[in-house]
Amino acid sequence: MSEVLLQATGLRLAFGGVRAADGIDLGVMKGEFLAIIGPNGAGKTTFINMTTGYLRPQAGDITYEGRRITGMAPRAIVKLGIARSFQLPQLFLEHTVEQNLALAVASRDGIWSPLAPLLRPRYREEARDLLERFGLTGVADARADALNEGARKLADIAMAVALKPRLLLMDEPTSGVAASEKMQVVETLARVLRDAAVTAVFVEHDMDVVERFADRVAVWSQGRIAALGPPQEVLSDPAVQRDVIGIERHA
Amino acid sequence: MAEWFQDNGLLLGLALLDGLSSAGLIFLVAVGLNLVFGVLRIINVAHGSLYAIGAYSAASIGIFLASIGLPGWASIPALVVSAALVGAVLGPLIERLLLRRIYGQEEVVQLLVTFALFMILEDVQKLVWGVQPIHHDTAMTLLGTIDIPFAGDVIPFTNYQLFMLPGFAIVTLVGLAWFLRRTLTGRVIVAVTTDREAATAMGIDAARIYLLTFSFGAALAALGGALSSPTAALVPGIGAQTIVLSFAVVATAGLGQIEGAALTSLMMGLGRSIAVYFEPELEVVVPYIIMVLVLLVRPQGLFGVAETRRV
Amino acid sequence: MSGPDHRSANPPREASLRGDPGTGRGGLDRPRHPMRKIEPVLAILLAAALIAAAIAAPWLRFVLTIALAKGIAVLGIMLLLRAGQVSFGHALYVAFGAYIVAFLAPKLNDAVVLLAVAAVGAGLLGLVIGLFVTRYRQIFFGMLNLAMSMVFYSLLEKLYHITKGSDGIRVEIPPVAGQVLDRVAYEWTIFGIALGLALVLGLLLRLYLASPMGEALAGIKTRETRLEFMGVPARGVLLSAYVISAVVGGIGGALIAMTSRHVTPLLAYWTGSGELVFIAILGGAGGVLGPFLGAAAYELVRVYAAASFADAWQLILGSVLLLVILFAPGGLWGMAARAIGGRGR
Repeated sequence: MSEVLLQATGLRLAFGGVRAADGIDLGVMKGEFLAIIGPNGAGKTTFINMTTGYLRPQAGDITYEGRRITGMAPRAIVKLGIARSFQLPQLFLEHTVEQNLALAVASRDGIWSPLAPLLRPRYREEARDLLERFGLTGVADARADALNEGARKLADIAMAVALKPRLLLMDEPTSGVAASEKMQVVETLARVLRDAAVTAVFVEHDMDVVERFADRVAVWSQGRIAALGPPQEVLSDPAVQRDVIGIERHA
Repeated sequence: MAEWFQDNGLLLGLALLDGLSSAGLIFLVAVGLNLVFGVLRIINVAHGSLYAIGAYSAASIGIFLASIGLPGWASIPALVVSAALVGAVLGPLIERLLLRRIYGQEEVVQLLVTFALFMILEDVQKLVWGVQPIHHDTAMTLLGTIDIPFAGDVIPFTNYQLFMLPGFAIVTLVGLAWFLRRTLTGRVIVAVTTDREAATAMGIDAARIYLLTFSFGAALAALGGALSSPTAALVPGIGAQTIVLSFAVVATAGLGQIEGAALTSLMMGLGRSIAVYFEPELEVVVPYIIMVLVLLVRPQGLFGVAETRRV
Repeated sequence: MSGPDHRSANPPREASLRGDPGTGRGGLDRPRHPMRKIEPVLAILLAAALIAAAIAAPWLRFVLTIALAKGIAVLGIMLLLRAGQVSFGHALYVAFGAYIVAFLAPKLNDAVVLLAVAAVGAGLLGLVIGLFVTRYRQIFFGMLNLAMSMVFYSLLEKLYHITKGSDGIRVEIPPVAGQVLDRVAYEWTIFGIALGLALVLGLLLRLYLASPMGEALAGIKTRETRLEFMGVPARGVLLSAYVISAVVGGIGGALIAMTSRHVTPLLAYWTGSGELVFIAILGGAGGVLGPFLGAAAYELVRVYAAASFADAWQLILGSVLLLVILFAPGGLWGMAARAIGGRGR
């Protein structure tokens, strides 16, 4: 854990009067799992949106593998190896789950390729494989709009993983997943990501998940990073417990 | 410049006056379409047919009143009455029988249902009123003309077109703005327009609001038609012409925008009549050029609100 | 976001991943696999039926050629519907193709060349307009297309010295691939070309729709954002489909001009665009056969209605459309699927 993969410096972004990012400095190390915690409205999703090109920061810079990506289009950023999943799952609702995944796999090759139609069996095979790893085989042929929230969430993450990113940003990956399944789901996810040597940043509200899977935790508060460090250290900090976890437990 | 004005001042004056009166008509029709779209989320292709039926009804009622010996001035309130009739009869009929079945369906389905309605109403109109031009201009001739001094010349212009048409448009604009902002029903309509989910979650009786809005929109289309009827002969096809122009106004103004529709109608009315006097070939094209230019600069329309999707 | 939340009590069984199974709505679903497999067989049967009908009743030959031409144009509408976009202005490309034939017939003087030029010309126009309109979605997309077609309509109507205005232009019978033909042979030839093009273009578009690009096109309808976050340029995908739709529109228009041999500005009027969308929905936006089923049904109903009730054919067509939308939301294709597969929705 020495090499910096993604570096954000002095990110600022305000919506009207609300400061969603008020000078964010954060380095993500290659290979680590970094959890982002903090109350709603602290700017956690905004950070992901800025990193993936959905929002452009008003000030500051983001570099990835030493290359400046600030303000690049989402499409271009994906091509560099940064993928994301969404708080509200973004699936092709009228496609089956397998078609969703196969399309994500195909997009790696670039869909313009005239060979793409011929490669369809290969895409489908890889999609099947991903579904298996995410425990979604049973709904492979179901339309995405017929899934429950937990399955949608998983499929959404699988879509991002299908892009074979080097950095994966996940916005509340376990929200909507049944409490009884949560640990198992994260376990599976962590294994998939470790196997593929993917660096992960994830926004999380469940402190048990954070404690068990994060290498480091960043605490967001009103557009700033209030604390950063290993989970044991950060989560036992009284200020964090009062300001963040206290609120979380009530939510 | 001064020389050009010397030569063309009279034409320009005429164009401006014409533009003003036609802007009034355009606004009445387009604002109805926009209101209906804002609340029901349906672009009513048959809106132009309601305009045509309003026009024909007004002419028929006017002719009937004259035939039973009522004085000419009776044809002026008859314009409003016929519009109200069309709104009160056809509005609920269409909303209850047709539109109610397609709320929440795909856009193309909604568009096509109203397109089917348009086809049906076009023929119904031909079956009822025939294809021969109908002209009944008592309301306009009765009010006489006025001489307007302009650029050293005098322009004779009908009082009807100068005062009645823009007058009705302004009264409608002000009345509508007041209604939407100051009355409970109006505020409910605005609430449904801006956030239907929240509005229905708050227990608003959507069915009643839809019925009311659609009928009112239909009445506005019919009013536009009725008011236009004394100014020109009625022929088949006026509905089809009117609706495309209204589409352009709505898209340019921004969806659901009342004041936007007023401003856009003014721009298109003036633009079109200036074209009529100076470059007649361009008359029909002008509204679309305005639309394209506006949407190039503001993709969500003049007064439309850009949506950023939360992800 | 529909479907009840099943998160609480269920153990991690696969069945619990499904939400409400009844969420399918509307009739624009993609066809099921069994239907897709027999599509080529149906296409051949339909082609054979058309040929038989054209032989049996010569006057039908004209109607069916027009139906095939419109079906080809409607393929483009179906493509855009896949992306969830309704163009209310594609009569523009039909009229453009038709006027290319009318203007260039005296100079190029060969039906095959004219068809090729119409296709390329319409494609180029589609590229220019598409660069603009594909920035917009939904109602704005529909209305901008409408605006473009109405501008073209007005130009055709007003520039009398070039277009002869609403009188229109007559098209003389051109030679076909160098062969000078008499009227009957010419009409048969155009019918054959239309049928051949319908089969070839239908097949090509079927492959296109099944390719990742076609899948991505359908993705624009439900989750355009996700496409961008997969590195897929959504606008580029839509633009490519738009250009294809313009090309098939141009081809359809050229065939119409060669068949009716008289072009008027009315081809570009917005009701013509509405008619194309009408046919797409009537046929059912399922497979590439839908547009042709729809076009054949539309033209036949129109001809019969116009012959039997001259003043009310629009009324009859409108009523048919209403009945189809309200009671057979899958269109003719959906009805066929139900009859054959017994598993339509």
